[in-house]
Amino acid sequence: MGLLSKKDTKLITDPLADNNPITIQVLGICSALAITAELKASLVMGIAVLFVLGVGNVVISLMRNIIPSKIRIIVQLIVVAALVIIVDQVLKAFAYELSKTLSVFVGLIITNCIIMGRFEAFALGNGPWKSFLDGIGNALGYAVILLIVGFFRELLGSGTLFGIPVLGDPIEKSGVYSIGYENNGFMLMPPMALIIVGLIIRVQRSRNKALIED
Amino acid sequence: MENRTDKNSYTIIFAIVMVLVVGSLLAFTASSLKPNITENKRMEKQQNILYAMGVNENGDSDIVFVGTDNVQDEFSSKVTEQLVLEVKDGKILKEMTRKQFMDANNGKEPYLIDIKKEQTKAKNGESRFLPLFVGTSKEGKKVYVAPIRGKGLWDAIWGYVAVDADMVVQGTFFDHAGETPGLGANIKQRYFMDDFYGERLLTEAGVFKGITVAKGNNDPKNDIKDDYEVDALAGATITGDGVSAMIKKDLKLYLPFFQNLKTQMN
Repeated sequence: MGLLSKKDTKLITDPLADNNPITIQVLGICSALAITAELKASLVMGIAVLFVLGVGNVVISLMRNIIPSKIRIIVQLIVVAALVIIVDQVLKAFAYELSKTLSVFVGLIITNCIIMGRFEAFALGNGPWKSFLDGIGNALGYAVILLIVGFFRELLGSGTLFGIPVLGDPIEKSGVYSIGYENNGFMLMPPMALIIVGLIIRVQRSRNKALIED
Repeated sequence: MENRTDKNSYTIIFAIVMVLVVGSLLAFTASSLKPNITENKRMEKQQNILYAMGVNENGDSDIVFVGTDNVQDEFSSKVTEQLVLEVKDGKILKEMTRKQFMDANNGKEPYLIDIKKEQTKAKNGESRFLPLFVGTSKEGKKVYVAPIRGKGLWDAIWGYVAVDADMVVQGTFFDHAGETPGLGANIKQRYFMDDFYGERLLTEAGVFKGITVAKGNNDPKNDIKDDYEVDALAGATITGDGVSAMIKKDLKLYLPFFQNLKTQMN
């Protein structure tokens, strides 16, 4: 069995598909719309949330018996905000280039509903190890959707992946552009992310009937 | 156990302790890391100025800065003079060399002048400092690099523009605090900055016109260099407008300097 029991494994794998934070719980939509115009930003955001949610869940879980229930939301907010600020400062001091890439995400991480959602729904009622796995699982589930959306938006909107042109040069009219293909600038607009998320939800539910609500 | 944490007194004490602990933790982190952060920002400014000046060896598409270990040496050798102009209402009150400025300001380097503070000073009707960095580009041309600062969609945007004596752009560097990744954030992409190269800021008659980041441009490759336009970024209208605005507003302040330069040269 090793490190992970069957139940523990489920904590990680469940949020990847059947209980995905974006497509099933419909949390974290705001950042999914804002930053998925390119794949690189999606990846960076995914990693940032992975870190904050993993560590934050453990901190909240360790504090779960001493947090007064009346002010628990504020306590959760302080924990995530403090965590994010500390990480941001450390990066600014020791990995300045990386911190510049991340700067815009810092605010978005604090407001990401997945983080507060997992603190409230899971970490407050479970032990640190389980909470850690739950955090990692949900962050991965979030990252997967972000990457799928980012892939389609960047490919169809700019004709690039991770900033590398894959469809030819739109100005020189090489590659697929030579037969009249054009980039769809509309894909770069936030509403298209919502439409892609909608399509993912449609595909997922048509494959797994158990997810359809009556 | 349940009762204990539900009490008002417990809640208040918990809140106070939590705030004190988290507050001091953040204060401690911030103050202990501050020297490193200031140093990083200082080196970044030098890298940006050198980049705009066009002295870097760049690859095909990526921006390559001078490395942090030798940026100080490069900066001191490539930037031959740092001028500071004191201006008020479009008139130059005083022109200082680096040495004069440092003597008058406790040894502060001109490139560390905070443009945001200077803009506030101008807004309040006071005189402001305009730094100008003089050096030689890779093509051997004498260039003048001016810092500019403005507003994007979400937050501040800023940059450095290198021009020659006729105010023809020789290089730019743009950066931002929080523009949308993939859209407005692309002002710091090489393909956007490179478009400015060779664009003119002045008309033939010497009137300041600036450069507009224009949508629906008929010239996406930017071959035409005297249209006072560069091609905009899709989905980043407001950031692009911000770039046009800061170029027009901040570079215009330097016009008297370049007019003087011209008269001296003739």
